[in-house]
Amino acid sequence: MNTTSATVARPRLGHALPTRRNRPGVRVIPTIILLLGAVYTLLPIVWVITASTKSSGELFTSGSFTFGTGFWDNLAQLSAYSGGAFWKWAGNSLLYAGGGAILSTFVSATAGYALARYNFRGRSLVFTVLLAGVLIPQITLAIPQYLLVSEIGLSNSYWSVLLPSIINPFGIYLACIYAQSSVPGDTIEAARIDGGNEFRIFRSIALPMMVPGLVTVFMLQFIGIWNNFLLPFIMLSDESKFPLTQGLYLLLNRGTGTPVLYTLAIMGALLSIIPLVALMLFLQRFWRLDLISGSLKG
Amino acid sequence: MTTAPTTRVGRTRRRRTAGGALAPWAFLSPAAILFVLFLIIPIGYALYLSFTQLKVAGGAFGKKQQVFVGFDNYVASLTDPEFVASLGRLGMFAIIAVPLTLGLALVFALLLDIPRVRATRFSRTAIFLPYAVPGVIATLMWGFMYLPSTSPFTAAFTSLGLPAPDFLAAPEIFGSLANIAIWSGIGFNMVVMYTALRSIPAELYEAARIDGANEWTIAWRIKIPLLSPALILTFLFSVIATLQAYGEPQTLRSLSNSISYSFFPLMKVYRDAFALDNIPGAAATSVVLALGTLLISVFLLRGLQRRTFDS
Repeated sequence: MNTTSATVARPRLGHALPTRRNRPGVRVIPTIILLLGAVYTLLPIVWVITASTKSSGELFTSGSFTFGTGFWDNLAQLSAYSGGAFWKWAGNSLLYAGGGAILSTFVSATAGYALARYNFRGRSLVFTVLLAGVLIPQITLAIPQYLLVSEIGLSNSYWSVLLPSIINPFGIYLACIYAQSSVPGDTIEAARIDGGNEFRIFRSIALPMMVPGLVTVFMLQFIGIWNNFLLPFIMLSDESKFPLTQGLYLLLNRGTGTPVLYTLAIMGALLSIIPLVALMLFLQRFWRLDLISGSLKG
Repeated sequence: MTTAPTTRVGRTRRRRTAGGALAPWAFLSPAAILFVLFLIIPIGYALYLSFTQLKVAGGAFGKKQQVFVGFDNYVASLTDPEFVASLGRLGMFAIIAVPLTLGLALVFALLLDIPRVRATRFSRTAIFLPYAVPGVIATLMWGFMYLPSTSPFTAAFTSLGLPAPDFLAAPEIFGSLANIAIWSGIGFNMVVMYTALRSIPAELYEAARIDGANEWTIAWRIKIPLLSPALILTFLFSVIATLQAYGEPQTLRSLSNSISYSFFPLMKVYRDAFALDNIPGAAATSVVLALGTLLISVFLLRGLQRRTFDS
């Protein structure tokens, strides 16, 4: 339908450049297909919002997508579960994702800047090693990481999840691409002629220029760590150190015997997606995801 | 070390090196130290473990010792019917999940790029949203929507008087798992493709539009060919992510009996290492998986290089 309307409209326009303004009418089918996509992605989120309002009895008896009466009860029960374990997990997730992403962004920024703005021996080797690092499956690393971390007595500690999360080869790569396009070599050169030392040049000239790209590196790594399951699953056995993903897995797993825990798991799922969705919506305008598609040309 | 002379030469000859040869390494050092500690040493250790076995040496009172056994673990891993079966199940899952994720992402990206389409901001944000939802949480939400006693789909089938499919039973489970991966993956891939589309100069389409090409032709003849680097990249990312599928099937196990302990390769590796205490075997299997991933990646990146070189 959209194609027919377009072919009808076109001859009349003739020579005029088809801009948005002089071609009225909405393309209906593409709009509908996109809205259907949105319905599909929002469906489970709407389901979890409505399900979180149901008491454990209502969950199995009332119809889907209707509201129940148990929202505050569920919230109170989840908060009270195992001495406030849920909020402890939420705090842990924030610590792992926030702390890990800040450190990771810093490490990526310095390394990316070095790769972008210096020509040194071994630079291409560093690039090759980095690329290989992007491609190594996590399980290949996680088991020996666990054994090594146990060896030095750090297993089941906050460090065992935090430290491996700091190194992010893809983040370094993105920081490098961004530095190449946003930090002009001439500016650095001019600062050198003025006698600035390398670290001050980086801190006061290059780093501020790299901020938009670094926000993206931070967000990608934050979400990556927040969503990670395998690493904490292998490293941690102490429930009080679990992040949200592992904590909710535990709830669901225990729920198999006691369906009351299902409502808690559903409430937990809702609460744990709210902050990330809010953060994403808020930071959307600052994202530079074109970096990822732009990285192809690098 | 040869750093001092190259510094002086660099200062006069090459502009970019003017800061001294040590500065880039100083900037690289935090990353390099962490890279060695958390990537290179673990990989080396995994390789070492994969060629050894714990064996009791020296008679009845002997201690267990790490003994070099050559490729024994690799042979055992590759000939283990359980591993082969888990690869088969993963392949089944990937064949559904990867093309549908990328196909839908491409369709949405192309539609977003057409002029005069409404509510694009809303649709784009909504479709991207699942990217922020952890796989475990996505599985939890979909899992309850699959579970007959809470499923809206089962309810819909029943109210229509039709027999409802069991989303958590044997053949359907592949579609159910793939659906979670598709739901989680469309948004990110769509945004990568969409941003790549936006970087194509608009004059290319304007000229085609004046010549009377419709959006369909423009998409097939101009946009998709120019997108091929982005398509290869997203394909690569999707394949890597699929090979590492772990959190989703592991979580869905709580609700489904048709997911075994060794349903996917990674679940088998985890089980070998921690439940069966066969660390060398797990190391060998994970090295095999890493090599497989690297081979696929190198193959795809070669294609990418040729594409970008040609254009």
